[in-house]
Order: sequence, then structure tokens, then C-alpha cells
Amino acid sequence: MKGWMGKTKALLLFTMLTLFLTACGKENLTALAPKGYGAESSMNLIILTTLIMVGVFVVVMIIYVIALVRFRRKKGQEDYIPKQVEGNHTLETVWTIIPIVLVLIMGVPTVIATFDLADTSNASEHLNVEVTGNQYWWHFNYDGEEIVTSQDLYIPTGERVYLNMMSSDVIHSFWVPTISGKMDVNPENVNTMYIEAYEEGVYWGKCAELCGPSHSLMDFKVIAVSPEEFDQWVSDMQAVDPEEEPQDTVAQEGKELFEANNCMACHAIGSSPAAIGPNLTNFGDRTTVAGILEPTKENLVDWIMDPESIKPGNKMTGAYPSISEEEANSIAEYLLQLKPSEITPESAGN
Amino acid sequence: MSNAATQKRALSAVLWDYLTTVDHKKVGILYLIGGGFFFLLGGLEALIIRIQLIKPENDFISAGLYNEMITMHGTTMIFLAATPLLFGLMNYIMPLQIGARDVAFPFLNALGFWLFFSGGILLNCSWFLGGAPDAGWTAYAPLSIQSPGHGTDFYVMGLQLSGAGTLMSGINFLVTIVSMRAPGMTYMRMPLFTWTTFVTSVLTLFAFPALTVGLFLLMFDRMFGSAFFDVALGGNSVIWQHLFWIFGHPEVYILILPAFGVFSEILPTFSKKRLFGYSAMVFATFLIAFLGFMVWAHHMFTVGLGPVANSIFAVATMAIAVPTGIKIFNWLFTMWGGSIVINSAMLWALAFIPSFTIGGMTGVMLGSNVADYQYHDSYFVVAHFHYVIVGGVVFALLAACHYWWPKMFGRILHEGMGKLAFWTFFIGFHLTFFIQHFLGLMGMPRRYWVFLENQGLDTGNLISTIGAFFMTFGTLVFLVNIVYTAIKGEKAPADPWDARTLEWTIASPPAFYNFKQLPLVRGLDPLWIEKTEGNGKMTPAEPLDEIHMPNGSILPLIMTVGFFTASFGFIYQTDHKAWLIAVYAGMALAIGCMVIRSLKDDHGFHISKEELEREAD
Amino acid sequence: MSHDHSLNPKTMPEDPAKATMEGKHKFLGLWFFLGGETVLFACFFGTYLALRNSTAGGPTSQDLFGLDLVFLMTVLLLTSSLTSVYAMYHMKNNDFKKMMLWLGITALLGFGFLALEIYEFAHYISDYGFTFRSSAFGSAFYTLVGFHGGHVVFGLSWLIALMVRNAKRGLNLYNAPKFNTFALYWHFIDVVWVFIFTVVYLMGMVS
Repeated sequence: MKGWMGKTKALLLFTMLTLFLTACGKENLTALAPKGYGAESSMNLIILTTLIMVGVFVVVMIIYVIALVRFRRKKGQEDYIPKQVEGNHTLETVWTIIPIVLVLIMGVPTVIATFDLADTSNASEHLNVEVTGNQYWWHFNYDGEEIVTSQDLYIPTGERVYLNMMSSDVIHSFWVPTISGKMDVNPENVNTMYIEAYEEGVYWGKCAELCGPSHSLMDFKVIAVSPEEFDQWVSDMQAVDPEEEPQDTVAQEGKELFEANNCMACHAIGSSPAAIGPNLTNFGDRTTVAGILEPTKENLVDWIMDPESIKPGNKMTGAYPSISEEEANSIAEYLLQLKPSEITPESAGN
Repeated sequence: MSNAATQKRALSAVLWDYLTTVDHKKVGILYLIGGGFFFLLGGLEALIIRIQLIKPENDFISAGLYNEMITMHGTTMIFLAATPLLFGLMNYIMPLQIGARDVAFPFLNALGFWLFFSGGILLNCSWFLGGAPDAGWTAYAPLSIQSPGHGTDFYVMGLQLSGAGTLMSGINFLVTIVSMRAPGMTYMRMPLFTWTTFVTSVLTLFAFPALTVGLFLLMFDRMFGSAFFDVALGGNSVIWQHLFWIFGHPEVYILILPAFGVFSEILPTFSKKRLFGYSAMVFATFLIAFLGFMVWAHHMFTVGLGPVANSIFAVATMAIAVPTGIKIFNWLFTMWGGSIVINSAMLWALAFIPSFTIGGMTGVMLGSNVADYQYHDSYFVVAHFHYVIVGGVVFALLAACHYWWPKMFGRILHEGMGKLAFWTFFIGFHLTFFIQHFLGLMGMPRRYWVFLENQGLDTGNLISTIGAFFMTFGTLVFLVNIVYTAIKGEKAPADPWDARTLEWTIASPPAFYNFKQLPLVRGLDPLWIEKTEGNGKMTPAEPLDEIHMPNGSILPLIMTVGFFTASFGFIYQTDHKAWLIAVYAGMALAIGCMVIRSLKDDHGFHISKEELEREAD
Repeated sequence: MSHDHSLNPKTMPEDPAKATMEGKHKFLGLWFFLGGETVLFACFFGTYLALRNSTAGGPTSQDLFGLDLVFLMTVLLLTSSLTSVYAMYHMKNNDFKKMMLWLGITALLGFGFLALEIYEFAHYISDYGFTFRSSAFGSAFYTLVGFHGGHVVFGLSWLIALMVRNAKRGLNLYNAPKFNTFALYWHFIDVVWVFIFTVVYLMGMVS
């Protein structure tokens, strides 16, 4: 039976190992293949601590298996009474000292990395973005640039971007596993962290603190583009004219409906910092509708018609009069042609 | 016909006996029944969670219901299953291990049980009254403040009741251990399970008041309009997190230390060898408890407490690995050189060592706060604490059940079914939780109602759900085993395992006064000493004389009904002030019982010497 | 016989409160309980310290607190602690009447403290509009001081119940531990007040 146990374990370990090696998860979501400064710092410590701990585990298992095999009672030993050992000072000292040393080996780099990641003294020399967490979407306001976006955060590669984060309602947590570890977004104070992406890419972000029914649907993206592309994006975004009339007639109709239904009470187009609902300036370039759906017109119409069925508990439900499918179609047409910049998620290699 | 009537009467007599009992053994059994019931409930909730996550974008249950499910699963398992099951064991076994006839405050003991049980029932009433709490078992403000309906109110009142019960038991155990040990039972001769009961009780005493305070603040904010967590009026939600974890982290050790105690009894018994490094084990228990109060903020590494606080709590957390390591190695060397017998009780203990070591390892890894920025609130954490709490606590409970079942119920659990339950549960456990470490690092946060397609999370979640079904099967086999044993189980002698401690010197199950004559303890493992150096029987420390026992009482139950009613009043007075009547009526009933209790002299009763002599040994 | 617990100078043990097993248990149990209570109040103090400046534009501690009233309250409560010590002294001397007398004085002082506290709260509410709901500071203040007040109320009820119950029975080994545990509890309430006086009122008036 013990052989069976051993085999099961070996099989289990082997399965896990294959899974681990063949798939570390999705490349723009996983924390196991870091592509940013914070994620790399974390990964270094993950590797260090894992190696030490696996070492300890191996030692424990060797003693365990030997003890079990050698000292299991055999037939005819029923009356055998083993020597009653009280303890062994040398041994006990050894397994007290060694863990202390191991703790030091893990503790020192941890403390160094902690202070490194918490160092925000140079924030003013870099790009600062004000991040607001909302049920269930993210608001990004680029300090001093007069650019406001939501859901998709554009950043230049190879540069530190400081995020000054606060929540408008409950606690959220900002997590882009491939670039950086997470930090909470609190309602009572601003938390600052910096992120730096090494490579261009569209990185998946997640909310990591339970914030209500649609907590699991509060995804966002960090879009890292080259510094030149980023500069281009900034000037494009600054040049947006919110009043610009669309070319297409359906879209024109959509714009009128957008205004007539007072959508602007919550959704700004342009650089207004107001943030009752997501800013829609570059909606046509968004990677998703509502953070989770493919950016197709059908999905957008579904969302406008009945947001509750897509994101339970969202604040848009019931905030406007009911809209016919045709009207929703026009509004979708209008919103999807809002493409103020040549720099899009495709520029980041999406 | 008349036979059925007698049986009926007998049944109601048994029921009345349990409703009024103050006997620590019966209270212990009540705890096991209550805790077992909630364990099954929490397990059902877990299964529903895993079914929801069997495939991407599943719609088995709605988002709101899912949040209720995870909240109730966590709350139920921690407060209503694991804690009471352990307290049940302590209640039953600890007084026997120190050679006492009952606990110090039998009345409070019964009250503690009823409070716990009514708190659990209250909490679960929410399912039928508009929805369960949905802010997570941690109930972080301001989400818990904004949570609509009465779910979170039930959470607050339910935990307040059961928490009060737990606190009472803690004090009771402390006084019992300090002043009711049998002659010769010095502190350093106490079995490890008694030691861990002692240290756990200290932790309970100092940790639960923090929860009490947190719950009061939450209650005042939700029901009476105070502003502790209302940012607009200057409130601060991080206070809740501090209070919750000042309680919450020691709570982890409240659960795991008794588990350590259980294994420190079972491993020596079935290795036929005394516990290796007994004094180091006692010392390590204290050290873990002490450090357990110093590390609460490691649950808050991402809150933004600053690098100094994070560093201190990181290093303190890693330091807990040292005493825990001492324990693991001492268990290994208890087995080393022994004569190891493997049966179902021992299987659980043997499975614990590697499983818990993995949980401990990931604990140290989580302690490194920079790494934790990735692990935090991801499935990695979910995997970690299930390795500790299932691999540690649940394994301990199941081991303890197999080990002490004969003592408690006089019958031995069926070995074959025990082994079947073990293997399915053990395999299911690793299948469910091992993969979750990787899911977390692959970017899956915890408490996610759905995960999206094409995020590389499908296989891992499927494997995890399959594992959950294995665990369910194992649990069902264990239940069948209990029923089978009750009907056809093999009768147990006083000492079926050739064990070492005092509880095995008396009949299975013991007489209601436990020890006819208090035993004289000559050293650690007193029964083993008498077996190897004496005649195999304890020497009495006193002549046979009458025994003083406490009277049973229905007051604890009535008092609890009062508190239960008042809690309902508190919850619903926000809707209509008429509900304040329930508050006043309930409190009047509870306080009335207290007054009766303190004004009516209750001196207990005596069992005469003749009666004791009549009873066969 | 061993079941007869009534005392006279001849059968009087050294310390009647701890002469029986039950007495010892009660005494020890209350000490442990007070350990838990210490954590309870420590958490309330921590909450208060974190929120004492969060007045949200409402009255601040400097606006509210006056030393004379609080000083009087402190004197009453501290003295009541002292009188309960006298009562326990007389219990050990088996002088039931004097014990009851000093317990009575203790109760009166306690009621005096309570009356002043109620007056204080009423004053804040009516003159400053400072309530439990005004601000986080208001919530924290009333909760901390109110919980202490609640402990005083409980202590007084306990004391009155004990005195009424045992007025005709005299001292015995069954009720002596009850008086003794009450006295210990009463001292604890007093100690908590000393901290409230310092942390809430003195610090509140300075900063």
C-alpha cells in the first residue's frame, strides 16, 4: 500500500511539473514570466524562497521515508518495546540554528527589495498617473497632460510610471501580474507604486480585492508601447476635439442620442477629470467592452441594452431610460468610431 | 406498543439530559455534533464553489450568490466547524488527561456551547431571510458596510454570539488546567494535547476580544449610524483590517496548535516511543503562540503600510518557521527508532507531516512581502491556507476521531472504511489544492466568481474541481463509517491502542465522574510508566470517598435563547423600531437567567461512597 | 460538616474568598477574564487614538473637554475603589456589617460617577450637538467611554444584587468568593478609567 502511496505521489508531482513547465499560464497574465521591474523583483524572491523551502522539504521527506520504511513494525515484533529516547541536544540545536540562518538568507534580500519598491522619492521626475478604482472599472488621469482614459492604461516601455491610487467606493487592488505585484486601492488614502514594463505588450490587469458581485469582471489592461509611440499617443490624445462630428450618418445619430439620453452626465469624452463613469475618449481603440467582452459592435449593443446581465451590480444599470436596439446600435456606432490616435493596442503587438 | 412508548420516553430523557448537561464529556459530544453539522454545511458550500469554477465563464450560480457562498464557506469552516470541533475534543479529552472530574466552570461550559451553536444557527438563518453575508469571511469595510440587506448583520451578530461562547471556553480551560490537575501531574508532565489546549486558550483569551471590538464597530456603523469606517465623516477602513487580523492571525494558531497536540499524542502512541524532545515541543508551542501575535500585518502587506512595517512583519513571519521546524523534526525523530503501527488514526497523522510541511513552506514564502505582492489575494494564498487548515487541522480532527472514538463512544471505528476514506480524501485534497498554487501565480485572483476563457486557467480549475469530488467521497465514507460503527462496531476496551496517558486508564466510555479515585501521577506518560515499571494500573492518590458533582441546568439554553432573540431584534430594528421589543425581551430573558443563576444557591450533589463501591471497576 | 459553609471566628479560614475550590476557580477565572478585557479596551483605545483627530469639521476634543468635571469623576471612582478595599479587609476579619457598609459607600460613589458621566454626555449633545454620529471622532469617543460606563453599570448591578441577596445570610464560604471577585472587577474598571482620563481627556486637551 505504501508503494501505491509513493507512486501516486510521484505521478502527482510529475503531472504538476509538466503542467508547470509546459504552461506557466497566459504570457501576458502570468506572474511566472515577469516582464516588468516589480514582477521581476517579486520573482527573484519567489525563486529564492522556493529553492530554500524545497530544500527543506526534501530533507524532511528523506528522514520521513527512511523512518517509515526502517521502523515500521514487522511481523513478530508485536512485543518489541523501542528505547524511550527523551531527546538529543545536538540534533535539536542543529534544527534550530539552521532555520534561523535560512530565515536570514531570505530576510535580508526581502527587506532590501521592500525598500527599493517603496522608494517614491523620484516620483516628480517621472510620468505620474492618478488611478481611481471604481465598482467595477478603472479611471486613469495623466498628471499634467490633460489626458484621461479608463480601462486601458498606456505607458511607455523602459520607464518608471508612478501610479497614485485611490478608490471612490470600496477597497480594490491593482494587479498586473506580468509587470508588477499588487497594491491596494483604498478609499481613505493615496497609495503610490511604480510600474515599469520591459517589453511592449498588452498586459492583463485584475482587481485583487473583493469589491462586490462583479469583482471578477473588473479587468483592465496596461498597454506598454515604445517611448516614441507613447509621445505620439499623448499628442494625439491632447488634440482630441470632443465636439467633432462623426462622418457616418448612423454615428451622427448615435452622437445625438448620446447627448439626448444625457450619457455625458457620467461619461466624459475629452480630458474632463470627472469620473462618475468611464471616460470614452478613445473608446474605439479599447481592447474590450466593459473590461471583459470582445470589442465588437454586438457586444457593445448588448452592454448598452442590459449591462446588469453582463456585470451584476454595476452602477450603469438603471441610470438612463430604456433604449431600443436600434438606438443602442447607433450609439455603439458612434462610440466605436472614437479613435483619436494612430497608437492602438496593435502598436503594442496585440 | 409499550416497548415503543418506553423507547420514546427514553429518547426524550436522553434529549433532556443533553439539553441540561454540564458534564464536560457530554458538552464535548455536543460540540462535535454541532461542529460536525456545520463542517458538512461548509463542505457543501465548498463543493458548490468548485462546481461553479469547473469551467470558464460558468453560470451555475449567480455572482451575488457566489459571494455569499465564499463568505459562508470561510466563516462556517473557521468559526463554526474547525474551532468548535477542536473545542469539543479539548472539552472531552483534556480533563481526562490531567485526571480531573470536570472543568472548573461546568455551567459556563454548557453556556459556551449553546452560545456557539445559536451563533451558528443565527448566521445560517440569513440564507432564508433575504440572503447570506457577501463581503467575504474577512468582511472588509467599507464593502461590508455597503453590503445591502441584512446578510452582514447576521454575520456580525452570529459571530458575536459564537465568539462569546469560545472566549468562555478558553477561560474555563485555563482555570481547569491551572488548578485541577491530579496529584503529581506537574506542568512538565502534562501531555502535549493538554499543553496545546492551554496555549490555545491563552490565544483565545487575548485574540477574541479584538474580534469582539471589530464586530461592535461594524455593528454600530451598520445599525446605529456611527462613522468608524465612513470616510466622509473621517472614518478609516484600515482599522477594521487591523482589528480583524489581530484576532485573525492568532486564530490560525488557535486552530493549528491543538492539531499539533493531537499529532503529538498519536505519533508516540503508534510509534511505541515517547515524544522526542518533549520540553522543546512545549517551548516551541509557546514561541509560536507568542510570535503569532506579532505578525498580523502580513495579511496586509499590500495595504500600503510602508516599507518599515512591511519589513518588520516579514521577518517576524519567517521567524515562525523556526519553532514550527522544531516541531516537525521532533515528530520525525519520535518515529525514528520506534515500532510504527499503521492504522487509520496513524495514517492521518503520517499524511499530515508532508502536507503540513508544504503549507508551512508556502507560509514562509508568503512571509517574504515582496514575493507576497504577487501571491496576495490570489489562488496561491487559497492553496496555502487550505494546506495548513485542511492538511493540518482537518487531518488532525480526523486522526483524533479515529484515535479517541473508542474512548468517547466505546466502539472502534471500522478500519477498512477508515482507510478508504483516508485515501480518497488525501488524494482529493492534493488534487484540489496543489494546482491552486500555480493558478494563483498564473494570474487568478481569489474570490473570482468566473474566470474568462483563453487565460490559461481552464485545466487547473478542472483538476481542482475533480479533487473536490474525491474529498466529498472520502467524507461520505467517513459518515457511513460512523453509522456502521454505532450499530455494529467492535466494542472497545479501556486501552485499545496500548497508549500512554491518563484517559486510557478509565473505562471506554468513562463514568460520568471520570475517576473513582484521582490517580497519582509519577511522570510523563503516566500509564506507560505504570505499564513498564508498575503493575499496569494507576495508584490512587486518595481513599475512596464521596464525590462532589455539579447539578445540570436548563438555564444556559434559556439564556442563549434570550441572546438569540435579542440578536434578531438588533438586526431588524433598522427596518422597524418595533423590533426593539425583541431586543428588550431577549435581553430580559438572558439577564433574568443570570440573576436566577447568581441568586439561587446551587451546591451540586454528592455521589456516596456506597454507590461508588457498588459500581464495578 | 464539610457542607456547612457559614463562618464564625473559630471556623474562619485565613482567606474566606479563596478557602474553597470554587472560590479559587472564581478568582483565577476572573483574572483571566480581565486579561481578555484588557485586550478589549486596548482595541478601543487604539481605535480612538487613530480617529481622535477625525472630527470631520465637527467639535474637537479641545472644544469639548473640561478638566473640572472629569477630575471630579476621577476622584469619585478612585475613592470607590479604595472603599471596596476596606470592604474586603472587613470580610477577612469576618465583620459582615462593616463590609456591607463599605460596599454601600462604594455603590454610592459608583452611582455618583455614573450620574456625572450621563450629565457630561448630555452636555456634549445639547450644547455642542456632538453625538455618536457626528464624526469618526464622536463614534470613537462615545464607544470607548460608553463601554467603560457600561462596565460601571454592570458592576453596580452586580454589587447591588450581591448585597440584597446576602443581606440576611451573613458571610459564608459560598458567597465570600463572590464579593471578592466583584472587588477585583471593580478595581479593573478603575484602572481603565485612569487610562481614559490620561489618553482621552488629558491628551485631548493638550493636542
